[in-house]
Amino acid sequence: MGKALPVLLLLVSAPPVQAQALSAEQQDRLAHLVVQDCGSCHGLKLTGGLGSPITAQALEGHTVEGLQGIILDGIPGTAMPPWRPLLSETEAAWIAAYLLEAGE
Amino acid sequence: MKRFLVALSTFVSLALTASAETEVHATGDMGIVIERATGSVLIVDQSDMAVLARVEGFGDLSHASAVFSPDQRFAYVFGRDGGLTKLDLVTQETDGQVIQAGNAIGGAISDDGQLVAVSNYEPGGVRVFDADTLAPVADFPTGSKTIGLVDAPGNRFVFSMWDTGETWIADMSGTQPQVTKIEGMGVNPYDALITGDGRRYIVGLFGEDGMSTLDLWSDAPSVQRILPGYGRGEEPLPVYKMPHLEGWALAGDRFALPAVGRHEVLWLDAKNLTELGRTKTHGQPVFAVARPDGRHVWVNYAHPMNDTIEVIDTLSGKVLRTLTPGPAVLHMEFTARGHQVWVSVRDADRIDIFDTQTFEKIGEIPARTPSGIFFTARAHRVGL
Repeated sequence: MGKALPVLLLLVSAPPVQAQALSAEQQDRLAHLVVQDCGSCHGLKLTGGLGSPITAQALEGHTVEGLQGIILDGIPGTAMPPWRPLLSETEAAWIAAYLLEAGE
Repeated sequence: MKRFLVALSTFVSLALTASAETEVHATGDMGIVIERATGSVLIVDQSDMAVLARVEGFGDLSHASAVFSPDQRFAYVFGRDGGLTKLDLVTQETDGQVIQAGNAIGGAISDDGQLVAVSNYEPGGVRVFDADTLAPVADFPTGSKTIGLVDAPGNRFVFSMWDTGETWIADMSGTQPQVTKIEGMGVNPYDALITGDGRRYIVGLFGEDGMSTLDLWSDAPSVQRILPGYGRGEEPLPVYKMPHLEGWALAGDRFALPAVGRHEVLWLDAKNLTELGRTKTHGQPVFAVARPDGRHVWVNYAHPMNDTIEVIDTLSGKVLRTLTPGPAVLHMEFTARGHQVWVSVRDADRIDIFDTQTFEKIGEIPARTPSGIFFTARAHRVGL
């Protein structure tokens, strides 16, 4: 425990994740994730598959916050899984904004 | 001079004949590789471990699959965007294409090779085409996303509905198609397989804890639940990629089946359809495919655990070997007798080839974001 404490303090004192900007490399990785891994259900071109279409057109009326919530927590009772174990809130917000802007 | 010209022309024509002969390329050890991001397909030679050609123009190939004509000359490639493309492996050119729906998930070819069927998400249902001309032959709207389409002996197609939990059997042998509808297969069927003998249709369920099956040897097939409650009531883990069911599940006297929402491969007694046990795995299994002899089962995994393959020993159910080919292992295809397996490593833009006895990597070929690998030997197997 004595050894773990400094690490814990460091984590607590770090700025909240939301405040950190994503590097270009992180953004590339997320864009790749959207196409390839979201794409396995939503289609490479995001036009839908087992999952709904998630093109900018299909998502009209959604907000970044709303989509961020869906990405992080999934939609219970459907095949949309929660991505919270794999993505930070910042990353989910970036993906939400990316989807809403894609194709514009 | 004239004599020289005659000699020259003889030489030239002989040379042309010889080169025409060397270009004859039998298709029995060929295959195709789907390049999902670029809408292209590689024609490959298994024996030479080589790419013969890249053919473009297949549209959106996310979640693409293919079947082969009985003579192993033509591949029918099913794209996400509803495209059905006929590819000639001999001329290495496409030989017809129809955009038959808005959003498709896969297809099948009839046992006589005359009909190609495609299952669609949008509009939900199955459409059947003439295998020669791709002219429409029949349409089965289901009002649901339609999955798990396979061929069955007797010129039949079998498919299931994600939204309504039904399975339909379309008999194409008469002048008019006959459809048998079976309700209550379970909640949200996500994929299905038919065994190589054409007897057993097994449906994977996303929406409930278990699977279901039909005995197609029965005159009136009825639903039988298998592996009921395999999740033991525990909260399912997130599924970042749906498992796939393919007709390679039978390993000796048992089926190897991927669990959903659990990091397990489930073993089912092929005769009694009772659970024999389970193997804890590295992640959410996507494919659990038996080597053609059934001795081992190779398993790959959903994001984010998808850089790994585990090889499970069929007799003991123990993980025998763990391989890490690279980022995003999407598919594995065995040669017909199982001596090699080809593995698509999507994010490394590469196909890796392994010896299945030694587990050594024995070759690789470059491919752009490869996903499905389909060898022509599938032409002679029910359900593939």
